[in-house]
Amino acid sequence: MTLLDVENLWVKFPTRQGIFEAVRGVSFTLGKERLGIVGESGSGKSMTGRAILRLIRKPGIVEANHIRLHETDLMKLTEVEMRKVRGQRISMVMQDPKFSLNPVMTIGDQIMEAYLLHNNTSKAQARAKSIEMLNAVSIRDAERVMRAYPHEMSGGMGQRIMIAMMLIPDPEILIADEPTSALDVSVQRQVLDIMDALVKERGMGLIFISHDLNLVSEFCDRVLIMYSGRIVEVCDADKLHQAQHPYTRGLLNSLPRLDAPRKRLEVLQRDDNWAKADSVSGAV
Amino acid sequence: MSETETLRAWLLTDTPTSRRHARLSSFYKGWLALRSNTMAMFGLAILVLLGLTAVFAPFLAPHDAFAQDLGNRLQPLGSDGNFLGTDSLGRDILSRLIYGSRITLYIVLLVAMIAPIAGLLVGTIAGYVGGWVDLVLMRITDIFLAFPRLVLALAFVAALGAGIENAVLAISLTAWPPYARIARAETLTIRSSDYISAIRLQGAGPLRIITKHVWPLCISSLIVRVTLDMAGIILAAAGLGFLGLGAQPPSPEWGAMISEGRRFILDHWWVATVPGLAIFTVSLAFNLLGDGLRDVLDPKDGGTQ
Amino acid sequence: MALTEENREGRRRAPLAPWLKTTLMTVGSIAVTMLGLLFVTFVIGRVMPIDPVLAIVGERASQSTYQEVYEQLGLDKPLIVQFFYYLWDVIHGDFGMSLLNARPVSEDIARVFPATLELATLGVFAGIVLGVPLGVIAAVRRGSWIDQIARVVALVGYSMPIFWLGLMGLLVFYGILGWVGGPGRLDIFYVDIVPQRTGMILLDSALDGNWEVFRNAFSHIVLPASLLGYYSLAYISRMTRSFMLEQLSAEYITTARVKGMSERAVIWRHAFRNIRVQLITVIALSYANLLEGSVLTEIIFSWPGIGSYITTALLSADMNAVLGGTVVVGLIFILLNIFSDLLYKVFDPRSK
Repeated sequence: MTLLDVENLWVKFPTRQGIFEAVRGVSFTLGKERLGIVGESGSGKSMTGRAILRLIRKPGIVEANHIRLHETDLMKLTEVEMRKVRGQRISMVMQDPKFSLNPVMTIGDQIMEAYLLHNNTSKAQARAKSIEMLNAVSIRDAERVMRAYPHEMSGGMGQRIMIAMMLIPDPEILIADEPTSALDVSVQRQVLDIMDALVKERGMGLIFISHDLNLVSEFCDRVLIMYSGRIVEVCDADKLHQAQHPYTRGLLNSLPRLDAPRKRLEVLQRDDNWAKADSVSGAV
Repeated sequence: MSETETLRAWLLTDTPTSRRHARLSSFYKGWLALRSNTMAMFGLAILVLLGLTAVFAPFLAPHDAFAQDLGNRLQPLGSDGNFLGTDSLGRDILSRLIYGSRITLYIVLLVAMIAPIAGLLVGTIAGYVGGWVDLVLMRITDIFLAFPRLVLALAFVAALGAGIENAVLAISLTAWPPYARIARAETLTIRSSDYISAIRLQGAGPLRIITKHVWPLCISSLIVRVTLDMAGIILAAAGLGFLGLGAQPPSPEWGAMISEGRRFILDHWWVATVPGLAIFTVSLAFNLLGDGLRDVLDPKDGGTQ
Repeated sequence: MALTEENREGRRRAPLAPWLKTTLMTVGSIAVTMLGLLFVTFVIGRVMPIDPVLAIVGERASQSTYQEVYEQLGLDKPLIVQFFYYLWDVIHGDFGMSLLNARPVSEDIARVFPATLELATLGVFAGIVLGVPLGVIAAVRRGSWIDQIARVVALVGYSMPIFWLGLMGLLVFYGILGWVGGPGRLDIFYVDIVPQRTGMILLDSALDGNWEVFRNAFSHIVLPASLLGYYSLAYISRMTRSFMLEQLSAEYITTARVKGMSERAVIWRHAFRNIRVQLITVIALSYANLLEGSVLTEIIFSWPGIGSYITTALLSADMNAVLGGTVVVGLIFILLNIFSDLLYKVFDPRSK
């Protein structure tokens, strides 16, 4: 079943030197699956995620034939209607909890706020629900954490809180934008596992944006590889190592591998033609 | 390719061949960026005009700025021979304004020489030497910062006596602490950078490091600050002049001119109005230029304030 | 060996609790700043080209009278001792006698200060009420016409001589239009009608229920207060804008939007909440600046506040009055700074 259908998505920013195109004609679909989007910084992968939620601020421009969530085209919604989509139907976890949590509000207030925005209930109920959600992301001592401020949390805890906050309105799709890159290696796995379990349990679709090829190939079902605002290759995650596109191959070859040690890693050689070629469709 | 084309290309190169080349090149690029800022260029134009007026005052002024003519006093705007009217002693206001530009520039330039240099010295020494020296110097800086500027300047002028030079001194004494703060902050970051360690390993002493490596890097943030401060300096000097504590009569200082015109404000409004407009124009010009310079020299703050 | 050394060190100096240490440090640095302030004024007083003895005994006093007063004032003692005398006096609220009216300077200051306080408070109030929303809107709609207006308002405020703008205001609104009262705090007719309680006429007349006096006082204060308000508006709106821009580009703002919040809630509940602490500092600073900016304003509007007091004293070489006024304004400056620091500690969860 297709949850999200994106066709011909463009993100443009007018600059003094002319229009900069961050995303150029990207198309893909998302079912109840874990879809990875991989690329280097500046490849447009984060912009794609934000464009789906229509979070690109002026003067940035988003264009698309459609961004369809089930039967509704998000491109046609007004800003007020769009607010009902954000959080409640599509949500997003960002890179660094140090910056993505409001430093002067208690964690409890922030989580409850996410719940109360979309559920017309009492504060007490929101509170109970928040504690339940914190427990679900394996936070012990949830009562205390509710009263704490973000700077009192470690990175791993912060990111789990962020996941709890984003999942509390029960969305259908979660966009995770480099959710573990700012975390210590030791807690990355744990955070990923928690997220994975919740997404599976709730039957959600997940868009996992990352620069880490290995992580994506392990964690996702399907992978889109972006370069310079376009999708250059689409493949199943378990077949990533058989990828054809020279960019993907280059990326793979520039990673060290324990099973095939080499004296020197290859440096990625770029080709202007990659950027010029048409975007590959990521639709199923 | 024409001569100017090649010069331009030489200046815009990405691969400078000498230190002088690199310096000229970055200067030129900064100038190009500044030139695209209309408001900053507008401010610069006014200041250039002010400079020219001050230099050529004797040729531009239609009358003697000090010549009194009591039969011709308080003439309105646009009267014959006195385009901006005359003051209570029959002196031509336009001529006084033109000569007054010399005083304004004199004060601004002197303060701009004294305060930032004093601040730079204190700040770099505090930042470089550290320890007790830092503690003591910064405490002193804080004490001066704790004073309200105008009131402190008033007290200084009271102690030193009224007059332009003392006004300059008083304003400088109240203006240096922020420079010291900036210079110290810059020094602290520069001091701990690797290339300073490298120079030290090559045997450079503290004096050489401060003068050759720390100061040049502090300059750009100081220039921005000085330009933005100029407006404040002009206003402070005019305020002192207005209170009768700056330039003394019959000097055509703009603030003093307003003070003199104040007595006739209800009947002869232009006597006080015109010099005020002059002060406003010049300090506005400094503010516009300062904003533009900040965008060029200090892009991290660009547009935030 | 090293271990025992460490232990001995530890025993000798019992470690202070961290909060006690920071408190001591703060109190210490405040004390040093205040001492420095007093020292500077003391030095200024000594440099002044006025003979304090002559000022008291007069030109024709005999040598012996002169000598007597000279010793009475402690001028024969070393400078450092004199400084401690001065310190002692100031701590006891004694700034000496005013040479002009032979009354204690401290009494004079207590009398004139409420006038300044009333003016500056009204000014900063206007500055906050208008400046904060203007700054927020300018930041939210960056580049829009309202942002341009805010920019021009601030630029003009930074460039305009305050005393000149005051004169122009007086010319237009009092001289030509006749909308407001002229210089002074009240029309002659209304002076000394309401009993003095706070020294602030608006407050006193309101407490007395005498609305006629209140109206008259208001018509007098509205122009100088608007003038000061404009300057604090220029500063506050500019700073608010720059703080807001910084917060609006922060990632937690995106988080709030992702949650599905309305833009208004994002701005006020999230972004604005984060600048409140910084704003308090700016407002305290702006208040302090107004107390000072009132020097020139008070002259223009013949407002009998501390600014007029210092200037008049200065022009008549009344040293004690000048120094007393300077010290009081300086101390208020320091106190406002401490106050905003304290608020910072109370309101910012990160500083705990």
